[in-house]
Amino acid sequence: MYRYDGFDREFVRNRVAQFRRQVERRIDGSLTEEEFKPLRLMNGLYLQLHAYMLRVAIPYGTLDSRQMRQLARIAERWDKGYGHFTTRQNVQFNWPRLKDVPDILDALADVEMHAIQTSGNCVRNVTADHFAGAAADEIADPRPTAELLRQWSTDHPEFAFLPRKFKIAVSGSPVDRAVTRAHDIGIRIVSSGAGEIGYEVSVGGGLGRTPVIGTVIRDFLPGADLLPYVESILQVYNAIGRRDNKFKARIKITVGEHGIETFRQRVEDRFRLQREAFGGADQALLREIRAMFAPPAYIEAPTGAFDAALARDPVFRSFVDTNLHPHRNPDYAIVTVSLKAHGATPGDATAEQMRVIADLAERYGHDEIRISHEQNCILPHVHRGDVPAVHAALRKAGLATANVGLASDIIACPGMDYCNLATARSIPIAQGIATRVKERGDERLVGDLKIKISGCINACGHHHVGHIGILGLDRAGAENYQITLGGDGTETAALGERTGPGFSSDDVVPAIDRLIDTYLELRSDADEAFLATYRRVGMQPFKTALYPDTASAAGG
Amino acid sequence: MGRGSPGILVRDSGFQDDDWRGEFIRWGGEDDHSALPDGAALEVENTARAENVVPLFERIALIRVAFPSHLDGRGFSLARHLRLLGYGGRLRAAGRILADQYAMARRSGFDEVEIDPALAERQPEEHWLFRANWRTHDYQERLGRRPRSSSRAGGK
Repeated sequence: MYRYDGFDREFVRNRVAQFRRQVERRIDGSLTEEEFKPLRLMNGLYLQLHAYMLRVAIPYGTLDSRQMRQLARIAERWDKGYGHFTTRQNVQFNWPRLKDVPDILDALADVEMHAIQTSGNCVRNVTADHFAGAAADEIADPRPTAELLRQWSTDHPEFAFLPRKFKIAVSGSPVDRAVTRAHDIGIRIVSSGAGEIGYEVSVGGGLGRTPVIGTVIRDFLPGADLLPYVESILQVYNAIGRRDNKFKARIKITVGEHGIETFRQRVEDRFRLQREAFGGADQALLREIRAMFAPPAYIEAPTGAFDAALARDPVFRSFVDTNLHPHRNPDYAIVTVSLKAHGATPGDATAEQMRVIADLAERYGHDEIRISHEQNCILPHVHRGDVPAVHAALRKAGLATANVGLASDIIACPGMDYCNLATARSIPIAQGIATRVKERGDERLVGDLKIKISGCINACGHHHVGHIGILGLDRAGAENYQITLGGDGTETAALGERTGPGFSSDDVVPAIDRLIDTYLELRSDADEAFLATYRRVGMQPFKTALYPDTASAAGG
Repeated sequence: MGRGSPGILVRDSGFQDDDWRGEFIRWGGEDDHSALPDGAALEVENTARAENVVPLFERIALIRVAFPSHLDGRGFSLARHLRLLGYGGRLRAAGRILADQYAMARRSGFDEVEIDPALAERQPEEHWLFRANWRTHDYQERLGRRPRSSSRAGGK
């Protein structure tokens, strides 16, 4: 994985020193709160419902055991002993004190981490496929590209005061696990007919109150043109993106209002100038970065322990069924550690759990850990022979929940329990659904089902791309949950369709129950997943199940 | 900003009085440039299109770009675009700019920043000097992103 050189180290330390000064200047009054706000946001510090919240970047979701242990230490020393992993491959600490934040940032810098540009109207933490560098289906590892973009976007002089936040995701596989089409810029590594590796670039995707699936602006961009091209997109957006209305400021609206053809033309005009302004140092650096992402030194060992455990232990079998993913090395597996124990807060991990994961990564996982946008942890390189030992250790720590990809593996934003934008609670709904699913006892029978919950229209819980999406709103002082069906965040991206009127917080769990029952009745066979059934039969039977008292529910 | 109250000029060396003695001519993007004297200083909004200023490059000595709010970063991209199109004259950012944005202004191609006395009082010279080392810790420079044309004025 990427290692800081002297430049990176000095940059991060210098940034902490700057922030320390900014905090002092805020406290002595030479910065107003209005002036301080964008500066603290650029360093990941939010003012939340109850306290400050510090959002730490885990660039492209990759970290090692040392970094994970440092997160555990920060959680214990400056917070309440836990952290929350988010849908953007960040970790949030919900209770830091302003005066401690520079010290926390220094502690992060000690392990080559930072909270830079995890919020604010700038280019945010660049995300990537959480199986990067391990998945069997990969064309190329997306992380070197993501690291190049991280460096390019860090403290970019033009783009720290954009009309609105800007999110970039990179995928290196034909299977899009990074939801690239729901990003301001989505980058997919593709191979040309001639075998050259380049990028498909899409623009203007996003969720929020106006969900849009991104449009391809270049179907094949040669690798060396990436930075000047992305910079051109940002320059055009910076110049013509709307600043008069926060809700129309994202690039998806810019592209929509000007039309993709006009937007593309303006980008291409800029690109001609930009391309000459990049001297090639980026490509030399990219080669060095790539070398740092070389595959680990795989071990050669018997895998008999895996087969024996599989034959002997049904609990292990069900863990293998859901939490393992094919590795490019057939003797290895990608192991997902679910942070979605039934009834727990999705994405939360205690300091103790972080240490268990760090120890396992160090002992059995070539010292690599990933955080997924689905709010789970991943050990990307585990030899199959070691999987039983990993499973046993996870069980002991209460981390062996075998539900990855199932109904209880729910994405949920922090909602009204933490966030001051939220209009409804998300976490208790996720807990309620997961608990109900456990009572039903049939989630393995139900199979692949992605439920995603957002506590407000900003859609941090990705509800638009959930097979079942839930959006919590405030209706005259009462929480009300709208349901969407048929969303898909993968390479077959689609936005969910609203079923009809929303449900109260008491009624939403039974409503999900009825949707699952309906699916089980309608599916052609056990291999037809929820999404496939929905696409085949359409909305009506689900609507009938949701609104039994209305012959034909109004769209309202 | 008009010529009215004299602004304070911020350069890498700190605060100084404005040494530009001439008029600033507000430019609204019009095609007719005949009235523009040689060596003039142009005042442009941050919404101006850099391409439209190209015919004037050889005739003007200074372009002042307005920053109406410290949250509005359009001026940075405008400066970059002017430089890439070959503008080699003096380039000034003027208005609502924070000391923390000084490095951004310099890296985008500005030579100097002009602020009003009230802002200068609240954000004294030492705050700006703290950020005057804008050439160090520059990821974009490390990645080989350079302006094709830099200022004749230099900004030292």
